[in-house]
Amino acid sequence: MEYEVIIGLEVHVELHTESKLFCSCPNRFVQEPNINTCPVCLGFPGAMPQMNEEAVEQALKASLALNCEIALTSYFDRKNYFYPDMPKGYQISQYFVPIGSRGSLLIEDDLGSEKQVRIGRVHMEEDAGKLVHSISGEGSMVDYNRAGVPLVEIVTEPNLRSPGESRRYLEQLKSILQYAGVSDCKMEEGSLRCDANISLRPAGTETFGSKTELKNMNSFKAVEKSLEYEIDRQKKILDSGQEVISQTLRWEEDRQETIMMRGKLEAHDYRCFTDPELAPIKLGAEKVEEARAALPEMADAKAARYGRDYGLPPYDAGVLTASRALADYFEACLAIYDNPKVVSNWVMGELTACLNEEGQEIETCAFGPEKMAELLKMIEEQVISGKIAKEVLVKSFRGGKTPRQVVEEEGLLQISDHGELEAVVEKVLAENPDSVEKYRAGATKVIGFLVGQVMKETKGKANPQLVNELLVKKIDG
Amino acid sequence: MELYQKTVFELSRLMNSREVSSVEVTQSFLDRIKEVEPHVRAFITHTPSMALETASLVDKKRLNGDNLHPLAGVPLAIKDNISTGGLRTTCASKILENYIPPYDATVFKLIKQVGMPLLGKTNMDEFAMGSSTENSAFFTTRNPWDLEKVPGGSSGGSAVAVSTGMAPLALGSDTGGSIRQPASFCGLYGLRPTYGRVSRYGLIAFASSLDQIGPFAMNPADCALLLELLAGHDPLDSTSYPGKVPGYVSSMEERLDGMKVGVIKHSNEKGFDPEIKDAVTKIANLLEKEGFAIDQVEMPRTDYGLGAYYLIAPSEASSNLGRYDGVRYGFNGGGDNIENMFSRTRGEGFGPEVKRRIMIGTYALSAGYYDAYYLKAMKVRTLIRQDYETAFKKFDILIGPTTPTPAFKIGEKADDPLEMYLSDICNITDALAGVPSLSVPAGMHSNNMPFGLQFTAPPFCEGRLFNVANYIYRNRDPLLPERPPASFRKGGTE
Repeated sequence: MEYEVIIGLEVHVELHTESKLFCSCPNRFVQEPNINTCPVCLGFPGAMPQMNEEAVEQALKASLALNCEIALTSYFDRKNYFYPDMPKGYQISQYFVPIGSRGSLLIEDDLGSEKQVRIGRVHMEEDAGKLVHSISGEGSMVDYNRAGVPLVEIVTEPNLRSPGESRRYLEQLKSILQYAGVSDCKMEEGSLRCDANISLRPAGTETFGSKTELKNMNSFKAVEKSLEYEIDRQKKILDSGQEVISQTLRWEEDRQETIMMRGKLEAHDYRCFTDPELAPIKLGAEKVEEARAALPEMADAKAARYGRDYGLPPYDAGVLTASRALADYFEACLAIYDNPKVVSNWVMGELTACLNEEGQEIETCAFGPEKMAELLKMIEEQVISGKIAKEVLVKSFRGGKTPRQVVEEEGLLQISDHGELEAVVEKVLAENPDSVEKYRAGATKVIGFLVGQVMKETKGKANPQLVNELLVKKIDG
Repeated sequence: MELYQKTVFELSRLMNSREVSSVEVTQSFLDRIKEVEPHVRAFITHTPSMALETASLVDKKRLNGDNLHPLAGVPLAIKDNISTGGLRTTCASKILENYIPPYDATVFKLIKQVGMPLLGKTNMDEFAMGSSTENSAFFTTRNPWDLEKVPGGSSGGSAVAVSTGMAPLALGSDTGGSIRQPASFCGLYGLRPTYGRVSRYGLIAFASSLDQIGPFAMNPADCALLLELLAGHDPLDSTSYPGKVPGYVSSMEERLDGMKVGVIKHSNEKGFDPEIKDAVTKIANLLEKEGFAIDQVEMPRTDYGLGAYYLIAPSEASSNLGRYDGVRYGFNGGGDNIENMFSRTRGEGFGPEVKRRIMIGTYALSAGYYDAYYLKAMKVRTLIRQDYETAFKKFDILIGPTTPTPAFKIGEKADDPLEMYLSDICNITDALAGVPSLSVPAGMHSNNMPFGLQFTAPPFCEGRLFNVANYIYRNRDPLLPERPPASFRKGGTE
């Protein structure tokens, strides 16, 4: 039978803030357990939460970036349940009135047309601690460093229709939240976490089938894979005339399959009520409009502008705007060296290669945009050749010196001195009489070979254009 | 007259003029504790050496000529649900029997800043749930006027400590009468300030939207002086009020001519002692002579107060007490898995009344019941608040009994929770409305037990309460005893 796939995603994103959601403990990852803790985030008796304005601003930005309606008054509610990583016996979340609702985000569907993914709600909540189970079996320990870290939960309506759409939704979401400066959204590091709800129904019908919930996916790829696996599994069950059991499944990356985590989809009763220890969150309409106006340009708008204003091909624009860090780098470079296509080529090519090879991030690497600009200027001014420049980039990237320092210290200045080059040119011509013959016979292409020989002799430092000119002059002369 | 019998103002004056030292004052109270405590048992933890240390430090500062707060060197007792860093804070519960807080409640910080010696932590009903201290996991405190009677609760220990002269001042907490009811039963002043007036940071939460810390004292001026220290905005308590703290003491003597007093007419006064009802009339007449305008005021939704309260408070409690799971602090019942450990810790750590309220609250918040119980109760609360708003459009201050009867016997209501809950019937609507309310000693019952009347003012008008109380205080019957008899008798005349 043909089935329609119904997917909804719940994404938790750690907000980028100085301190935790309800206390002044730093919101920073540390290895040593229970260092970033205080009576508030440890849930000590009598300790009370204090609102972190910065977290509210970040959540507001996220909501606006996702085209949500903003609740001018929203509340924090308590979600009550017992678990050792939950220090108070309840999680402070937004249950009744989320800060953002009815948002949307655009992706490409599987046929390549534009699709609007509807976002039901964006709400703030605090993160829990982490259980650390001892391998030797002497019990479990709790690390509360993460307890109280501000999160937003972003819940889509069930209107994703394929694993591919789901992955593209996540990529788009990550890009938007990164651009908005809300979170770094690193799924591998847990600053973005995704659970998926999936069900199948016979094509053309309206009623939803029983759904399963998928957890423990550690990458966008894993989300896609686990959904593919689950579609297959559910199809087989339905085709055999059985019913899909509502349950929570765990994606096992090693085995590339889902396994049962909880028998039935447990109907938790969280006994939610508004937290009496926190005042309502009131946002003035003016503040919301200010935040909306202050939102940075998002990837799509930026890519379009790169095409329009810089004449970059769509491919370049797409690559450069894939992450805000890359786009920021590109723009910073452009501010010093105004040649978009050249900058684009070097950033997408040599720099990206270097980053991959060294396993570094663009925002923290030693080869900053000012160094890139300096390098490209040196090429333009014919101080070095493009070939040498590649070498200089690698050395500067690794050693931290400026391109100019590298060039000077290693004597890589381009040879543009006629006298010096003439001697080499003559030597090469003398050594390659055959090529000279061929050239004269009309095979002018061999000039490339001869240039190459000169470059080899000069260890790549010769000004190639000048060499070309000299060769032609000598042979023709 | 012994030092322990003097007012706080008098003690402060004596210390200021160097006639006595804080060590002498503190020692006087410590001696009094030694004498009285075995009869009444008001304290869970005694801190004599800590008190004397603070006292001698204050004395040194005074000798240095430092500028000191009027309360510097004046000792006090603190209810054992207020976090005192480094000092055991039990909430009178087995689950926190050996719990030592790693931080100070904001009020304790203020108290330490001005140098008030801490005499000890006082007994209470477990987690402040109760009206008699009979729910303390450790022991029941006795009413000093009659040792067979309850002192009231939950802040019974604090009320007894002050009324017997074991402490000149004490802190209690009031969720639905826990300061005012024991103040009435023990014959002293007890104030529930406006919700948000005093920081709750560090007060171990029972019902967060109702809990409020407040003072016990032997006269309105002492009470006002302590509130002045405690009141104020605290960034650590998001619900604390940012407004300025008025000079309660300096404005105490202002005349309030023409002020309108509303005498609360309870729709159902069946359980009300006639002597207490008479006292309300007597006091109203006195105030009329002093130039106040008196009229009756109806509070139509009062009847629903108790029901609403016993849904809202337990609901919040069921959540607030979720943290006592044995993982981070307090009692741990052991067990071989998590569920086991949770249920043993909580099963053995909490007493029956606490469990009862956790269950009521859990039920009221459950899916399918939330609308009918918690939400409905919150709507009633809004209506009750409106009752007060309406009343305060017409009246400047309200008056009524603090308790329907004087103190009852130990054990008398222990097996009947509903009867016990009814003893707070007059205290609950104020708490739901968040308005300030002061219990003032109003005389002696023919059974030789004291009882109080309660004055209620609009939010943040505590000053008005002190002013009116001052009229009563100045006109009090000089023949009536202020303190319980020294003999600590058992069994009064009925």
